[in-house]
Amino acid sequence: MEVDFGPAVRDFRDELRDWFADHLVGEFAEHRGVGGPTDGAAWDVRLAWDRELSAGNWLGVGWPKEYGGRGLGLLEEIVFEYEYARADAPYRATVNALDLLGPMLLAMGDEAQKKRFLPPILAVEELWGQGFSEPGAGSDLASVRTRAERDGDQWVVNGQKVWTSFGIHADWLYVLTRTDPDSRRHKGLTLLLLPTDQPGVEIRPIRNLAGQDEFAEVFLSDARTGADMAVGEVGQGWRTAMATLGIERGTTLLPQQLGFEREAEALIDLARARGALDDPMLRRRILDAWISVRIMRTTNLRTLAELTAGRTPGAQATTAKLYASTRHQQLGHLAMELAGPAGQIVGEDYELDTRQRSFLLSLAETIYGGSSEIQRNIIGEQILGLPKEPRP
Amino acid sequence: MDLTFSEEQDELRTVVRSFLTRHATEADVRRLAADPHGHDPWIWRRMATEIGLQGLAVPEEYGGSGFGYVDLGVVFEETGRALLCAPYFATVALAAEALLRCDDEAARADLLPGIAAGETVATLALTEDAGRWDEPGIRLTAREEAGSWRLTGTKTYVPDGHLADLLLVAARTPAGVSLFAVTTADAPGLTRTPLPTLDQTRKQARITFTDTPARLLGTDGTAWPALARTLATAAVLLAAEQAGGAAAALDASVAYARIREQYGRPIGSFQGIKHKCADMLVEIESARSAAYAGLWALDAGDETEIAVAAALAQAFCSEAFTKVAGDTIQVHGGIGFTWEHPAHLYLKRAKSSEVLLGTPAYHRELLAARLGI
Repeated sequence: MEVDFGPAVRDFRDELRDWFADHLVGEFAEHRGVGGPTDGAAWDVRLAWDRELSAGNWLGVGWPKEYGGRGLGLLEEIVFEYEYARADAPYRATVNALDLLGPMLLAMGDEAQKKRFLPPILAVEELWGQGFSEPGAGSDLASVRTRAERDGDQWVVNGQKVWTSFGIHADWLYVLTRTDPDSRRHKGLTLLLLPTDQPGVEIRPIRNLAGQDEFAEVFLSDARTGADMAVGEVGQGWRTAMATLGIERGTTLLPQQLGFEREAEALIDLARARGALDDPMLRRRILDAWISVRIMRTTNLRTLAELTAGRTPGAQATTAKLYASTRHQQLGHLAMELAGPAGQIVGEDYELDTRQRSFLLSLAETIYGGSSEIQRNIIGEQILGLPKEPRP
Repeated sequence: MDLTFSEEQDELRTVVRSFLTRHATEADVRRLAADPHGHDPWIWRRMATEIGLQGLAVPEEYGGSGFGYVDLGVVFEETGRALLCAPYFATVALAAEALLRCDDEAARADLLPGIAAGETVATLALTEDAGRWDEPGIRLTAREEAGSWRLTGTKTYVPDGHLADLLLVAARTPAGVSLFAVTTADAPGLTRTPLPTLDQTRKQARITFTDTPARLLGTDGTAWPALARTLATAAVLLAAEQAGGAAAALDASVAYARIREQYGRPIGSFQGIKHKCADMLVEIESARSAAYAGLWALDAGDETEIAVAAALAQAFCSEAFTKVAGDTIQVHGGIGFTWEHPAHLYLKRAKSSEVLLGTPAYHRELLAARLGI
């Protein structure tokens, strides 16, 4: 299905396609489709690719020109993501800053924060990590215990963050902190921007199950940041954080899921090569995998069409993550089954092939951005209006 | 990009839902399900005269309103939601579509206006005892004699075949598969036997032809591509109906889970029930995506995409509706297992429509063939 977004953006699309044809070459082309929200593979190449995109002025398509963006609309952003996925370009290393912090600052940051932070993001000069989760607060962000206290014109932050994607590369963190020590749950939280280059910040890599270091745990011991580094109102950090997660659960899923489609097609090629298409059991699972990725695509296009029409997205915008993460895991199991005995063997230094890496990393997809169990609660309570669980 | 509904389509949905809320109540559904005829001509006329549902997607030159398939899909979602007992699927999704696809302008001009006006109930008689929806399954024969055609053989599992005024019959001639029209009122050698159906909300009949005169539509032996295309359209519209039925079943589950208390609190507050309902919504939204992709492909007129999207929609939506209808009985507990509660009506509609146009396995194989797998 070729999606035509209308004549207004056709020139933009054609320019973008030409640019990919000219620039997605050499080492970049060798890393097509590499990476993902929790995949730190080929970091240096991907960072170089982000700089290539920046030089072409393709980062921040919808961001205002005064901050280094292109000043175009949501439609062009969507076209960019769609064509990006279509070109199968490497997954952007600066996803935290581009897809989460940037939009959050644009929506809720003050003018000084926008001027200070947005241009270096688009220039790929400063990398960001997200400091939301804690050892005691995974999907339950209202349990955040990291404290921040005012000391003159600074905040002093103490606590521990974990599961910070690409944290070892971060120059800055955006951190959810408890600024009212007597507050409970989602009240009294504040979102702070915090530089990592200081003695109070210690970042330790955590190896994930695929053997990579793309997670980090972050220890904050009297770490300091300016009083002007609170995003949104002090004490209203819950709202700021939820807005960020809303962005994460929305349009950022599209390129990832178009990538799943490519995996499904590769899997059909593999099945054909191995003669597995004649096995009725495998055949059914292969067709179901293909159906799943096709449905993911339509579901996302429904949401994007609603957004571009200025409508509030329907329930499918919320159910999409649960469906995609569950179905992608099934795709991973199927890929490993088709790989057969070869799936047991890895390269030197635990180097994984595409299928092994995709299978293992897919296990994170039902956890990050709100676990599947949390997603079902959100769907049940916020979409279907079922009664909340009794809370202590 | 038009992958969302327009304000006019939202308005159409509101109008149709409001009509069905008045004229296809649970009492109506139960009354007509128990009636061997299974259809209320008064409601059928109202559907045509008040909102023009039968002619919605029939071109204006044949007396219809000339709307698209997305519009028609909106209506089918709503008729599925209401479990409407009327020969709407047979007449609109099968018969009118077959007329539009066949290569016979005169027949279109003769037969479509009656359908659009709500005066003609029509259906497609394709399946035989083997229950096959493919070309080799068509065995009933037609022979030509002195410039007129006669049919001999049996069709079965014909939706609303017991009451249709007009039968479009797929038959085999020496030249191949051909399509014929039979007007039931004055057809000699025609025997119609209503079949007691598991899903009482949609009736079926067995029809025997003994040297029955019939009108050939288009050119002898060339009907299969038009019939295959008709079945693809019907597959998409049935998928929309299935998504609508599933959505209504979930609504009932949610309403019940909010008020029914066990262990001192509403059962919907327990994750065991809440997560089941959430999973039902995931199935329904995915089914909608599958059905809508088919509707959009139909309006875009891309034949390759239509074939793929139609097979995908039936393969997915059939199982999704059955799953959701089954879970609806589970959420309702004991009451959901009774004849008095409507949950079983949805389960039976779901299970029957799962095989109505061929099983999910059959549609997976159609999809595989179209993808070259």
